[in-house]
Amino acid sequence: MSEAAGKVSVACKVNGKPVVLCAYPMARLLDVLREELRLTGTKEGCGEGECGACSVLLDGELVNSCLIPVLQAEGTDITTIEGLASGDQLHAVQEAFLACGGAQCGICTPGMVLAAVNLLAQKPSPTDAEIRTGLAGNLCRCTGYMRIFEAVIAACQRTGIRS
Amino acid sequence: MPKRYIGQSVPRKEGREKVTGRARYVDDLTFPGMLYGATVRSQVARGQIRGIHFEGSVPWDEFTIVTARDIPGKNCVALIHEDQPYLAAEKVNHPEEPIVLLAHADRYLLEEARRAVRVEIEPLPAVFTIEESLAHKEVVWGENNVFKSFLVTRGDVESAWKQADFIVEGEYHTGAQEQLYIEPNGMIAIANLQDGVTVWGSLQCPFYVHKALVALFGLPKEKVRVVQMETGGGFGGKEEYPSMIAGHAALLAWKSGRPVKIVYDRAEDMAATTKRHPSRTRHRTAVSRDGKLLAMGIDFVIDGGAYTTLSPVVLSRGTIHAAGPYFCPNVRIRGRAVATNLPPHGAFRGFGAPQSIFALECHMNEVAKAAGLTPDEFRRRNFIEQGQTSAVGQVIRERVDMRRLLDRALELSDYHAKTKRFAAENAHSRLKKGIGFASFMHGAGFTGSGEEYLASVVSLEATPEGRVRVLAASTEMGQGTNTVFAQIAAETLGLDYEWIEVAQPDTAAVPNSGPTVASRTCMIVGKLVESAALGLKQTLIRSGLLRENYEPAEFRQACRKYIEQFGPLKSTSQYQPPPGVHWDDEKYQGDAYGTYAWAVYVAEVTVDTITCEVRVDDFVAVQEVGKVIHPVLATGQIEGGVAQGIGYALFENVVWQEGRMVNAQMTNYIMPTSADVPPIRVYFEENPYPHGPQGAKGIGELPMDGPAPAIVNAIEQATGVRIPRIPVTPEVLLEALEGELV
Amino acid sequence: MRAYLPAYQLKALPSLAETLQQMASEPGAWRPFAGGTDLMVLLEAGKLAHKQYLSVWHLPELRGIEETPEHIRLGALTTYTQVLCHPTLQREFPLLCQAASETGGVATQNRGTLGGNIANASPAADSPPALLVYDAELELVSASGSRRVAYHGFHAGYKKMDLRPEELIQTIRVSRKMKHWKQYYRKVGTRRAQAISKVCFAGAADVNGGQIRDLRIAVASVAPTVVRCVQTEESLRGRRLDPERVRAARETLAREIAPIDDMRSTSRYRLRVAQNLLADFLGRLQAE
Repeated sequence: MSEAAGKVSVACKVNGKPVVLCAYPMARLLDVLREELRLTGTKEGCGEGECGACSVLLDGELVNSCLIPVLQAEGTDITTIEGLASGDQLHAVQEAFLACGGAQCGICTPGMVLAAVNLLAQKPSPTDAEIRTGLAGNLCRCTGYMRIFEAVIAACQRTGIRS
Repeated sequence: MPKRYIGQSVPRKEGREKVTGRARYVDDLTFPGMLYGATVRSQVARGQIRGIHFEGSVPWDEFTIVTARDIPGKNCVALIHEDQPYLAAEKVNHPEEPIVLLAHADRYLLEEARRAVRVEIEPLPAVFTIEESLAHKEVVWGENNVFKSFLVTRGDVESAWKQADFIVEGEYHTGAQEQLYIEPNGMIAIANLQDGVTVWGSLQCPFYVHKALVALFGLPKEKVRVVQMETGGGFGGKEEYPSMIAGHAALLAWKSGRPVKIVYDRAEDMAATTKRHPSRTRHRTAVSRDGKLLAMGIDFVIDGGAYTTLSPVVLSRGTIHAAGPYFCPNVRIRGRAVATNLPPHGAFRGFGAPQSIFALECHMNEVAKAAGLTPDEFRRRNFIEQGQTSAVGQVIRERVDMRRLLDRALELSDYHAKTKRFAAENAHSRLKKGIGFASFMHGAGFTGSGEEYLASVVSLEATPEGRVRVLAASTEMGQGTNTVFAQIAAETLGLDYEWIEVAQPDTAAVPNSGPTVASRTCMIVGKLVESAALGLKQTLIRSGLLRENYEPAEFRQACRKYIEQFGPLKSTSQYQPPPGVHWDDEKYQGDAYGTYAWAVYVAEVTVDTITCEVRVDDFVAVQEVGKVIHPVLATGQIEGGVAQGIGYALFENVVWQEGRMVNAQMTNYIMPTSADVPPIRVYFEENPYPHGPQGAKGIGELPMDGPAPAIVNAIEQATGVRIPRIPVTPEVLLEALEGELV
Repeated sequence: MRAYLPAYQLKALPSLAETLQQMASEPGAWRPFAGGTDLMVLLEAGKLAHKQYLSVWHLPELRGIEETPEHIRLGALTTYTQVLCHPTLQREFPLLCQAASETGGVATQNRGTLGGNIANASPAADSPPALLVYDAELELVSASGSRRVAYHGFHAGYKKMDLRPEELIQTIRVSRKMKHWKQYYRKVGTRRAQAISKVCFAGAADVNGGQIRDLRIAVASVAPTVVRCVQTEESLRGRRLDPERVRAARETLAREIAPIDDMRSTSRYRLRVAQNLLADFLGRLQAE
């Protein structure tokens, strides 16, 4: 077994906190978040960048963390599902998912919530078509998506009221 | 008295954990000193194992290696029939058959090692399709490749053929379907002679796994413990399969003396675990000039894969549902489950009914055509009514009005106007539109005497603070078990919903309320929650510590006092079959199910003739469900089931090559995204079922039955072409439209 | 996750010059790694044969979108999201924008790059047909200098391209001359979103008074490489459209492409749909 390379240090911010990660450079950001930082909210559903269960926000952009080699996380600002709520105060999208039944088994939910957060950050009042497109990279097998669409619309209205 | 919780969409019990990422699934759990486990599989569909070679420059001495020889108890997954080994010893019967287990602390090295195990297998001829199996191209199981067969007869079909005005025949096929829960199968095990075996995992049926592990290790029941973690979807795919993966993790834990975690990646999960049984249904239908069904001859065959698993029960349900919600005086249904050398097929929502109902509802449209009637008029003339007897001889005692459901569904979907409009517009458009429906019912609970055999038990216990805990083996996997149980208990006890907890299903701590399958959790087990709650109330009242019309605060006080004086406060309820329900297992006759949910689903499609892609534009789902306990959860069940049904009809295609699923990636096995689902409009009607909690019937599987035939009927209206198989991929549709139907 | 991670190296060198230097020192030993949306999938499947990579994600010389009167020059690391957000691209390069919007979902679009897509050389890629229609030219850079190659002809065969082991794609230049042409793009995937294409058709035509003055046609997923359908173009250039000519063009197209059966689709389907898309494209030219 040839060990051509060792681990590297990667400095970045996760949920607002500076961290230094130590991992093989091609290690998936997904695994480093889950194993080294014990942030198990980000999930593996497919390992191919198809299901979106591993979605996180990286420098404000939605990405599939199973496709990010940790080396490329150097200097970035990462938000996982654990970083969304402020203590006990849930994010409007999380509240909306609760109110509308947007989560059933919950495994797609962290990624889906972040995708919705990202969508609303780009498009505060998305049309139905924009919601469908914005969430198309996050697969849900339980809900048939209807309650999730409703949750996104409800979240718009909540954020609207707030601002 | 108005209901405080029943019929209300209360917050999901574990919702907060799910939206914050705090819910704990099996892969979120680690133990000190834990090893990872991996499975070496056959790759050859059928053959003799000649040798196992550990090659490469892998430090094999660091690995825990388990083969069939290491099994302490029985090398056989306990289910219905004892034919499936945990690890193949001499022979393999499918190309994903497990042969060797490996464990190591470094999961990357583990993968290298898995690749470096070479199993020498001398191939034997194999069969891969229903046709090959029936034709005995090879006999690969038993005497004749048949796991199970049923024959349902009623009246005299032979004379009916002679008297018929029209006879219509058809043959229909459904393909395999992968459950595709977003969380793959996973287990963690700790196992040693002293402590016994404990597993934590993603699973639907803790006591199935318990029973399997007891037999695998030859341990007494108290030495085996199964704990369900938050489960990321099941749909039947985690009904029986978890016994296999739990056994594997436990065997590695037993041999290594360390905790072992096995979590499948997506490719392994798709290829190696169970899928929906492929089916072939042949219909022969005699109908009178005025469109009345005279006789139905149905030959229903399902492909069970290499081992029995649950095929007899899937066959049973498919057979019983094969003649649908119609009255027909003469019926002959032959059902067979046959063996092939594919990885064993197993439970998937609907469990045989989606297959037989697909064939039926497509065929009924063809029969209607032959009789010169519209699809809906034909149904109206043949729907079963209250007091009439079904194909298996069940008198429909409940009120049923399929005509009204049909009318409502057609009105809500604007079926008649659209039918007319599409017919006129299609001639001038390359986008052909069509609208189609399916009418069906789905029996809730286990078939026949199944529930009596299960003899499910639920307990409720109170804490000194007056909190009430529901103890049941029924698992939450998104459908809302925790929420519904808490609603029922809260309503029955007159307490706040927040004061009810549902215990984590742990075989050491909860009674066996049966498996979380068969649309039984709310209807059967929920009813036991209700009666156990009543029992708890009665205990306190009879003790004199609580008056009849108490306030919640009084209840809490009474709990405290009771426990101080008498000790634990617990009420247990066991299933009793409703009176007057009789089922004959021998003759396959009688009351197959306690009750049915009834439905009509309507699908509107657009077929793009440039690409032969089919888009579902609108979907209406109307169903009578007894009582809606939680509107959002119930609607969510229907919407989710319809989305899976759309996948089944149009997208989900398992590509087989020599018995292996070659498209075992989410890139290549296609389920609907948010961009692929139409608006799904759900409507409920209520006709309380007296033996369900607050009148509720089971609905978890119902929505799986309707979408595929509704969609295929809509495609037929749009294009004039009847596609007798699903999935209707664009490739299949192109062949059909160009006149060369495959 | 089926890769043996310790066997892989991924380094980010401080500058483009150093990166090119490393690539030149042992040609082929170090390969570029852009957004990772293709390579990481291979890694996870245990199928990433090459073990040494240089991350180029951070190199500013590979980013940016520049406009000149005749061309748009896109850095190789331009992501699909960046394509979608660019006003000039939205206005003048609808095929490229449509391709970008249909490549994976939002998360893929944020990390997938045009250069990575070209270098991955999948015959099913979504942007290459658009790039071919827009007469794309690549600027390839190495430690010893740079050169320009037409994208048409860049892929010589399945996963074979005119890119030396020590070279990087630096920019992709597309022509603005088609901005007033009638443009058509249709990707036929396995579903409405997040799908690999079964057939992907891009076309643009300069039509005047019912006559096709000039046109471009490119199709993906119907051959070992993305195909610029020059014969089909030739059969239509300078001509007026009538049903006979459309029928003949369908036949010519059938001769120019070589679709196969695979787990996603059949050669028969791909052929027929490619022909239907061609006819649809031509039909729309006639209509307008």
